[in-house]
Amino acid sequence: MSLLSQALRGGALALLLGAFAPVGAAQAEEIRTPMIAQGCAGCHGQSGAGMGAAPRIAGYGRDAFIATWEAFRDDERPATIMNRIAPGYTDEEVAELADYFSQLR
Amino acid sequence: MNGFSPKITRRHFGALLAGSAFTLAAPAILRADTGPRLVVIGGGFGGASAARFARINYPDVNVTLIEPYDSFVTCPYGNLILGGRRELPQITHSYDGLRARGVDIVQNWAKDIDPVAKQVTLADDTQVAYDKLIVSPGIGLRWDAIEGYDEAASEIFPHAWMGGDGSQISILRRQLEELPEGGVVGLAIPPNPFRCPPGPYERISMIAHHLKQHNPRAKILAFDAKDGFSKQGLFQEGWEELYGDLIEWIPASEDGTIVAVDPQEKVFISEFGERHKVDVGNVIPPQYAAAIARDTGLADESGWVPVDPLTFAAGTAPDIHVIGDANIGAPMPKSGYVANSTAKQAVASAIADLRGESPPQNPVYFNTCYSHVGEEYGISVAAIFRLDDDGEIAATPDSGGVSPSGPLSEQAHNRRREAEYADAWYDSITTDMFS
Repeated sequence: MSLLSQALRGGALALLLGAFAPVGAAQAEEIRTPMIAQGCAGCHGQSGAGMGAAPRIAGYGRDAFIATWEAFRDDERPATIMNRIAPGYTDEEVAELADYFSQLR
Repeated sequence: MNGFSPKITRRHFGALLAGSAFTLAAPAILRADTGPRLVVIGGGFGGASAARFARINYPDVNVTLIEPYDSFVTCPYGNLILGGRRELPQITHSYDGLRARGVDIVQNWAKDIDPVAKQVTLADDTQVAYDKLIVSPGIGLRWDAIEGYDEAASEIFPHAWMGGDGSQISILRRQLEELPEGGVVGLAIPPNPFRCPPGPYERISMIAHHLKQHNPRAKILAFDAKDGFSKQGLFQEGWEELYGDLIEWIPASEDGTIVAVDPQEKVFISEFGERHKVDVGNVIPPQYAAAIARDTGLADESGWVPVDPLTFAAGTAPDIHVIGDANIGAPMPKSGYVANSTAKQAVASAIADLRGESPPQNPVYFNTCYSHVGEEYGISVAAIFRLDDDGEIAATPDSGGVSPSGPLSEQAHNRRREAEYADAWYDSITTDMFS
């Protein structure tokens, strides 16, 4: 592989792709999405950026994320579906999700 | 615009890039030429998700996607075309986004796999070599299962159960528009397992939605080879409230299994020989894994492919991972979301193996299936799957499940929100596949 292609794959390609994607999404992709968070992208958009009625979860404060999750889990917060999803994850997994989404801007 | 034209595009970078900003860049730099070769068969929910995930997470990996159609028509939201709420272009997705990420799109049929030489043979006998192969070909229809129902018959009684070039769903839509006043729409619904368990029942709902507005004296006869179905209570509650006696569901125990059809006479014939005249017939036949999975010996006698629940490697060939509707993933449903979710674990496992590493442990496979019952009326079932102590896939206890039941007077808010969330799901997951 040439130095040029290495450089391009590392940087210039990201810039090129960035021209097509919202800046936030391009930045977010630099933070590797943990496997546990992959399922979230099916509704909440790329890197938790939100999609239509599914709210943005990127940039959610870590403690607030965990508190919200626990409220869904305990059915203490109005919900249509997250109250069914939240009990399916362990505390450790929720902490990992909170760490990840709170890092995103 | 959507069609199959067998041409090899994988070295034709100029053509691939024409019309995009990338024409200014030297094409070869878009993909590594020395890294491992990940080849994906099938550009649907499993395959497109796999290809995109691989390019984002493993930029050193060469990704080739073999797909016969030049764009992808989703089965999800096809029912909304029948309901008059979507048009075909809205559920048709280009592969240009994947090309822009450096995925090498080969528009061709994969007709054979040599697991020893590790290469895929295309319809024109071209070979594509791989280090790891992801097989996500979807389903095949069992043309031998319902007497009189073959490919020609599907022009009269469309199945509309594979996206293909969009023609099947378009035929059914046109037939519904041309249904005589007070006419009968028949559906033949298959036994388990089949693609998209709630799909036939969302279809009944969307056809009823159309008929209620345009042909309110018409009738839907839904013949089922089963006695129960996904989200049954919620669907039936919604049907009763929204459509009254427009819908009649006939379970297997009431002679609902259709064993033969006569397309010329427009007749469905039941297990006990009853002949039901219909004006429009939607026959969703029994299914098995697509031909490439059966012809190559990946599938077992059930017609579906046994896989390792941790890596989705095929039992017969460790460098071949089979995902999506073609595999045996029960208790996970054959859904787009499951295909998307398991695609990522399969790719991560395949790449880990190439690097001499272990596959990601303790995977979580995620599913939500939304269905539209009417305007602003959505319902869902959700599940979080893990491997149990025996390494088998199991739903996580005390989680998931279906939307709350109850009359619209109590549940209107939830039903409207879930219809909106369904739209968000569609846009999100297709972004996760094609952008």
